[in-house]
Amino acid sequence: MYRYDEFDKNFVAARVAEFSDQVARRLSGELTEEQFRPLRLMNGVYLQLHAYMLRVAIPYGTLSSKQMHKLAHIARVYDRGYGHFTTRQNLQYNWPALKDMPAVLAELAEVEMHALQTSGNCIRNVTADHFAGVAADEIADPRPASEILRQWSSIHPEFSYLPRKFKIAVTGAATDRAAIQVHDIGLQVVKNDKGELGFVVYVGGGQGRTPMVAKKIRDFLPEQDLLAYCTAILRVYNLEGRRDNKYKARIKILVHEMGTEELRQAVETEFDALRDSELKLPESDIRAIESYFSLPDLAERAAGHGTLAAAQKANSNFAAWVQQNTIAHRHPDYRAVTVSLKPIGGIPGDASADQMDLLADIASKYSYDELRVSHEQNIIFPHIALDDLKAVYDLLVPAELATANAGLISDIIACPGLDYCALANARSIPVAQKISERFADMQRQRDIGELKLKISGCINACGHHHVGHIGILGVEKKGEELYQITLGGSADENTSIGEIIGRGFGPDEITDAIETVVETYLANRLNADENFLAAYRRLGPAPFKEILYAQSVATSLTNSTL
Amino acid sequence: MKVLTANRLTDGEAQFYSSSGWVGEFQKSEVADTAEAESRLATIGALAYANNEVIDVNLIDVVRKDGKLHALRLRERIRAEGPTIEYVGKSAAWGI
Repeated sequence: MYRYDEFDKNFVAARVAEFSDQVARRLSGELTEEQFRPLRLMNGVYLQLHAYMLRVAIPYGTLSSKQMHKLAHIARVYDRGYGHFTTRQNLQYNWPALKDMPAVLAELAEVEMHALQTSGNCIRNVTADHFAGVAADEIADPRPASEILRQWSSIHPEFSYLPRKFKIAVTGAATDRAAIQVHDIGLQVVKNDKGELGFVVYVGGGQGRTPMVAKKIRDFLPEQDLLAYCTAILRVYNLEGRRDNKYKARIKILVHEMGTEELRQAVETEFDALRDSELKLPESDIRAIESYFSLPDLAERAAGHGTLAAAQKANSNFAAWVQQNTIAHRHPDYRAVTVSLKPIGGIPGDASADQMDLLADIASKYSYDELRVSHEQNIIFPHIALDDLKAVYDLLVPAELATANAGLISDIIACPGLDYCALANARSIPVAQKISERFADMQRQRDIGELKLKISGCINACGHHHVGHIGILGVEKKGEELYQITLGGSADENTSIGEIIGRGFGPDEITDAIETVVETYLANRLNADENFLAAYRRLGPAPFKEILYAQSVATSLTNSTL
Repeated sequence: MKVLTANRLTDGEAQFYSSSGWVGEFQKSEVADTAEAESRLATIGALAYANNEVIDVNLIDVVRKDGKLHALRLRERIRAEGPTIEYVGKSAAWGI
C-alpha cells in the first residue's frame, strides 16, 4: 500500500490545522455561512437533511486494517455508530457535528486519511478496480496510475476551480469493474505491440441528468505521458467548459457540443506542448510508486485446495458463498473475497462500527492487512488463502456479512436518498430493502443469475441507475414519490445507458413491477446462460413494457370496478 | 400554515422554532397562520441566521391532522421525524 511521505504528512497536517481554524472562526461568527460554505465543502463537509455529512476519501478504495479500525472508532465516538460506503469508494458519516470536525480530521490524519476534494468543483477521489493487483485477468495494477493522479490532482492550483466536479477512474483489465466509461476521464491499462504499458483514454462519460457514455480519444497513451495528457484534457475543459449553467458544465457536455474529433484535436495540440515538459513521468518515479502496490509476499498454501473442497462439500451455504463471493486470484492458493454489505433487507453500503472492526481484524489476520471498498458498495478482502476461507466465512456469518449475493439481484447499489440527502426527491433505501426481501430466497436469486439493480433518489444518479441492468430513479410528482424503471444499462466494458421503460410506479407498486420485469426475463431467456442484460439486448423493451403496463391497466380496471 | 425550520450551526441537527426558542421537536413548532405571523417568523429566522445560531433557514408548509402538525412535503416530514429506516448497525460480541 502507498504510505505517506513527509510531504504528504505535512500537507495533510497543514490542511487539518487550516480547516480547524476555519471551523473555529465560523463557530465564533467571524466567518459567515456564505464565506464558510465553500471552505467546508473543500474539506468534504456537506449539510444534509438531518445533520452535517462528512465524506472521507479512500483513494482507489484501498485501505489498511488500521485505517478501517480508525473509521470504526470515528463512527463510534463522533457519529452514531455506523458509516455508509459509497459508489465513489468513499465513506460517509451521516451525523458528525461541525464542532467535532477538527478532531475527526486530526484522527483521520493519524492514519494517513483525509476528506480533501471529496466535494467541490475539483478533481475528486480517483477510483479504480476493487480487484486491482489481484485479479487473474489484469494486465497491470491500476493503482500506481491512480496514486500518481492523486498526487498530481491534490490542490492542483490550476484545477481547483473547474467548471464542475471531475472524476477519473482507472481499470487494469479488459473487463471493466471500475465503470470507467461513465467518468469524466476513464483510463484502461493496456500493453502495446512492444509490450509497453499505457492507457486507452476515454473522456466525457457521466451520469446525472444527461447521461453519456465516454468517447475513446486515444488507443494508446504511454504511461510516462499520463500527467501531460490528463493536464491537456483538463486544460481544454477548464478553458472551454461552460460556466454559465451548472447543468451543462461537465466535460461530457463539452465533448457533446464540440464533437469528439474536435475535442481530441484540441487535447492533442495541448498535449504536444506539454509532452516533453516536467510533466513527463520519469521511469524511476513510476516504478517507485508501483513498488508500493506490489503483491504481498504470499505464503504457499497449497493444502487449501483440499481443505476447501472438503469444507464446501460439508456445508452448502459455504459452498454457495465461495461460488458467488470469491474470484480467482493471481496466486492459485488464494482468492479475493467480496464481503456483501447487502444483507437481505439491509441498507446497501452501511456498516456498523463493530462490523468495521471485525472486517479490520479479519484483514489483519487473513488478508495481509488489506481491504478494498468497491464502487458497488461492498468490502473486499484481496488475499484470502483457500485454506482460510472457511474460517473467514465463519467469522462473517454472525455479523451478517456473509450474504452470498455478490452480483445477484439483492446486491443492490442505492444512494442514501431522501432519508438523508438534501438533494434527493425520493427515498432509495426502503425501495432497495423491499426488493431485497422480495427476492430473499437465495436459490431464486441464483436461478435469476447476474443482475445489477441500481437505485437513485434523484436525477444526480449517485446510485448509478442509468447503468443498472435494471435501474430505478426516484422522482417527486405532485408531492408523492414515483419510481421510473430503466432497463438495459451497463457499466462494464460494453457500457450502455438504460432506457426508460414507461411511466413510473408508486412506492407500493415498484417491487411488484421489478418482479414482473424479472419474471418476464426468466420466461423469455434462451437458457440459464443468457443473463438479464444479454436477454434485454436481444429482446429490447417491448416484452417488458407489454407485460408491465398490461398488468397495470388490468389492475386499474379491477380497482375501478370494485 | 407555516413553521420555521433550520439546521443548528454547531451540529447541523434539524431545528424548529417554538415559543421557547429553537427545539428539535417538530410538534412544538410555533405555527404561523397569517401573513403577519409568517413575516414575524421569517424575521426571527433571518436574525438567528445572522447571529450564527442556525443555517439553511426555511418556512415550510404544514397542516393539522388529528391535532398533530403534519409537514406537507415528504422531504420535510423526513427532516422532522428522521430517517424512515432502522439505521443503527446491530452490535454483537463478534470478533477473532
